[in-house]
Amino acid sequence: MSRPSTVALVIIGLLACAVLGIFAFSGPLTAAHQPRLDANRELVARFGLTDLALFTEARYTRHPSQADLHSALQDHPGAFDHFPSGSLLSPPAHLTRDRTDSHEPVAGKTASPD
Amino acid sequence: MNPWLEKQRHLIDFTLASLARRKTRNIGLLVAYTLLVFVLASLTLFSNALRSEAKYVLAGSPEVILQRMVAGRHDLIPPGYLEQIGRIRGVQKKEGRLWGYYYDPVLNANYTFMARPASEVADGMIMVGEALARERGLAKNNTISFRSYSGKLFTFEVAAVLSPDSELLSADLVLLSEDDFRRFFEYPEGHYTDIALSVANPQEVRNVAAKLTAALPDSRPILREEVQRTYQSVFDWREGILLTVLAGAILAFAILAWEKAAGLSAEEKREIGILKAIGWETGDVIRMKIWEGLLISLTAFLGGFLAAYVHVFHFGAAVFEPVLKGWSVLYPKFALVPAVDGLQVATLFFFTVFPYTAAILVPIWRAAITDPDAVMR
Repeated sequence: MSRPSTVALVIIGLLACAVLGIFAFSGPLTAAHQPRLDANRELVARFGLTDLALFTEARYTRHPSQADLHSALQDHPGAFDHFPSGSLLSPPAHLTRDRTDSHEPVAGKTASPD
Repeated sequence: MNPWLEKQRHLIDFTLASLARRKTRNIGLLVAYTLLVFVLASLTLFSNALRSEAKYVLAGSPEVILQRMVAGRHDLIPPGYLEQIGRIRGVQKKEGRLWGYYYDPVLNANYTFMARPASEVADGMIMVGEALARERGLAKNNTISFRSYSGKLFTFEVAAVLSPDSELLSADLVLLSEDDFRRFFEYPEGHYTDIALSVANPQEVRNVAAKLTAALPDSRPILREEVQRTYQSVFDWREGILLTVLAGAILAFAILAWEKAAGLSAEEKREIGILKAIGWETGDVIRMKIWEGLLISLTAFLGGFLAAYVHVFHFGAAVFEPVLKGWSVLYPKFALVPAVDGLQVATLFFFTVFPYTAAILVPIWRAAITDPDAVMR
């Protein structure tokens, strides 16, 4: 029966060879994708595309490079913050203040239309 | 065999026998360690592959896109605007672009409509992206109707479905003729969405942008390098978000590994005492423990990295896809280029294998220099 060290070293050796193989074959494997990449670059140039179609849910996620920094907030005044940082920051104090507070929000209570 | 090598092999044999005595604990540690490397490596490989793909293909996008801003918002380019740009030196070509979004209630998805010259797409015809065609069950020569924002129904025939290889760029794309575009969106004649400019000399792009801003103060030039930079930061940001989410798991593993490596159990201390009592040198004990650290961390790193490679490049990173790709209804299917960044792998190696092996050393050294009798008691 082979020694435990032989088994362990063979396993680690095989794993290391596989990882080195990834690096060794990275070039040819990448080269196999080259025609597709070139065709896509050509498509981008022909249609004048600017963005990846990864996030199609909103205009500033579909074309993030074309949207200005605060476009998420431009949908309407007081629009929800779509930035992920919105989940990390607490809302402004005046929005969470108790309604019985002397500075009660006046939105929707004016006589004339907003 | 070389006596030094033979000695190391015996040390490894002994280490493995010692590890096997606490089988459950060590297998648990190896699994947790491998999983951590797997998650981190998957994240790195996936983000890096998307980043490099975006950088390569978007190198073909227009050098400068000129938008017009009204009250801080993107507005249409009015007639005469193109002429106002005049003859700026270095600008090879200027072209008004027509594109916009259409919300399809059938799929609850947004499409990007883009006008092409009549030579490419005839009136009444459209070319669609593969993801859209798949979701709506479209093929060449099929017809599809869209209700425009004015309420009118427009029927188009599919002239072609764009190549599935380009899905990453064209998943939601609908290409139609300029006349159809203007009719569908009731776009005012002579107006454009934005302007694409070609600049012959890459060194001149910034100068051209500065001249444009000076000539048209209400315009906003977007350079190609900014487009590419956007994608670098988009994936950096998402990678960062996921890393933040994973931070708890990483910390938990750090505590587990530290506890395992740094805090010696009474049993381990007794083992060291016995080894010393039967004549092992301090150096041998330390060497044995270094082998223990290396065997566990190397196996975990190599196994975790290989699993991550297979996960990302053969199974499309199924675990992270929803987080990194977004929440879009039209979901592009694409194969990533299996490019591996050596520096990133080296960084991962350094931050996973090295700390664990190093954490083992201090307590072992402390135990190994103590009097065997005191350790065994």
